[in-house]
Amino acid sequence: MSFLEIDNIVKHFGSVEVLKGVSITLEEGGFLVLVGPSGCGKSTLLNTIAGLESITAGEIRINGRRVNELHPSKRDIAMVFQSYALYPNMTVAQNITFSMEMRGVPKPERDKAVQEVGRLLQIEPLLKRKPSQLSGGQRQRVAMGRALVRDPQVFLFDEPLSNLDAKLRVDMRTEIKRLHQSMGTTVVYVTHDQIEAMTLASSIAVMRDGEVQQFGTPSEIYNDPVNIFVADFMGSPAMNLIQGRIRSDGGALAVALDRDGAEPLTLAVNGAGEGLNGLNGREVIFGIRPEAITDAEGADRTAKNVIQTECAVEVVEPAGADTFVVTRLGGREVIARMRSDTAVDAGSLAPFAFNMDKAVFFDPATEQRIA
Amino acid sequence: MAANTQDTAIRTSRLARAAIYAVLLVFVIYYLLPLFVMVVNSVKTLDEIRGGNMLSLPQIFTIEPWLKAWGTAQIGVSPTGLKPFFANSLAMVVPAVVIATLLGALNGYVLTKWRFRGHDLVFGMMLLACFIPFQIVLIPMATVLGKIGLAGTTPGLVLVHVVYGLGFTTLFFRNYYEAFPTELVKAAQMDGAGFFKIFYRILIPSSGPIIVVTVIWQFTNVWNDFLFGASFADFDSMPMTVALNNLVSSSTGVKEYNVHFAGAIMAALPTLVVYVVSGRYFVRGLMAGAVKG
Repeated sequence: MSFLEIDNIVKHFGSVEVLKGVSITLEEGGFLVLVGPSGCGKSTLLNTIAGLESITAGEIRINGRRVNELHPSKRDIAMVFQSYALYPNMTVAQNITFSMEMRGVPKPERDKAVQEVGRLLQIEPLLKRKPSQLSGGQRQRVAMGRALVRDPQVFLFDEPLSNLDAKLRVDMRTEIKRLHQSMGTTVVYVTHDQIEAMTLASSIAVMRDGEVQQFGTPSEIYNDPVNIFVADFMGSPAMNLIQGRIRSDGGALAVALDRDGAEPLTLAVNGAGEGLNGLNGREVIFGIRPEAITDAEGADRTAKNVIQTECAVEVVEPAGADTFVVTRLGGREVIARMRSDTAVDAGSLAPFAFNMDKAVFFDPATEQRIA
Repeated sequence: MAANTQDTAIRTSRLARAAIYAVLLVFVIYYLLPLFVMVVNSVKTLDEIRGGNMLSLPQIFTIEPWLKAWGTAQIGVSPTGLKPFFANSLAMVVPAVVIATLLGALNGYVLTKWRFRGHDLVFGMMLLACFIPFQIVLIPMATVLGKIGLAGTTPGLVLVHVVYGLGFTTLFFRNYYEAFPTELVKAAQMDGAGFFKIFYRILIPSSGPIIVVTVIWQFTNVWNDFLFGASFADFDSMPMTVALNNLVSSSTGVKEYNVHFAGAIMAALPTLVVYVVSGRYFVRGLMAGAVKG
């Protein structure tokens, strides 16, 4: 039995259905990330787990116990809010121990807990300050301290890093991961940042319009997206999604991609092609991640099917660690991720290596994965 | 040439500034003049007022008019001075301000953080209460006060002022709490605080500025009210404003202008004090640091 079970949850706001039967399960100590664009229902789902929103239908169980009707404070959960939600009139220490005070924990015990949490998060010198005297990162720590001190069964995080600047966000991300590894508490984490999702999660639920599009490990979500939405949402730069046609030359399958002023580019599909059998002549969406298109020397040596071909370079974008090279296939910009010292010039032809092991195919009408 | 234009720019702005200050000075004098006349004439003898100029400084300084207005002047039929009525006003205004402010805060809290179906309708109706003219409610109010046995008493006046003030205090607190981050309430809920705990541990300590505004507003209105005082108070519960009117418009004897001036200042002083004292607590940025931005 799983530790956190979300069983077919439906939530209406008036006549609007914001959660349309969401089911997710999470093992104890897991790190579940709910990710999706704004308005997909991920924050609402988190609030229903917290008990801050009621649910219209379905059931939520924590450690086998149904919590639908339980008050937020009785669910044995702690939440870190996007805005931190620190009480402005209390000191850091009072903020952290407010929940203990509400439960009637005696003062010496509270003081001890504050010291422990302060040491863990390195906020000991700040304990006497008011939230207004803290920087963004410090407030973030205090907000986490307030959750940690309760030692709950489940931690809920609602986009906790979205208010921090880029560098601090990366630091705090690592810190959250480290905390999770050392404490082993179950976490549900909401974000719209797919990198946060990839780096932190043990399972990811990609959501759209109140439905879970795909639920799986980060690698499943990244490498085996079930539909175009998931493929496009996860990864930066996004996966190249190119219109193409399936061709069958005496049993060997290939995908043909239109090119401006040149013969269509034909890439042989080996191995992964089972779902493509019998689709000769059909339109498909060919998906391939930028890092699967490289310069010839940068290609993955363990890959079985690497196809080298020449393509016209439209734009070259050096990004330090990599150089992104843009070409045009099937009428769309296609980004290739080459090594930083690759010598390619805009406007010329350059060799591109396509790692077809990583290729995926979608049905253009249903947007579902076909191979 | 560039330096030249800059030069003129400074000169014109100085000129404009001087003009602005001159105009402001005129307004200041214009507004302070009545106060000056009142203060100056309240410490003159009656003879000096009759014989002299209203604007001139006193030749013989005397606090006799103040003592008389406070302790011995004829109010209506008895020579009690304004003292007992000052006490009446205090006994009316303090509970009226405290109760109306607390209830307004509670209303604002419920209307923003514990929304129920039709909350906007309720708020709209409370807003409407701000615009009901005093005169319309006089007779129904008198009937109600009579029925519940509070006619002619200070508690009766307190009730009238609380009911009348509630529309405004609710408006103030509702708008203030509208901007108060709801996540704080949610966080407190998760921490296990209940309805009233959240109210007095989280919201009230962060409401300093709006409490000050409400107290000043409610105090000034209740203290300065004449119509309700004249309509619903007996002689024992008559507030300061009504007593002042009785002092000034008494038809027997000579008109003691110096005493009238002193009495009028006494009646106006508390609102001034409240403003000066609590105005200092108009601190900004009390909410800073609660949430980002």
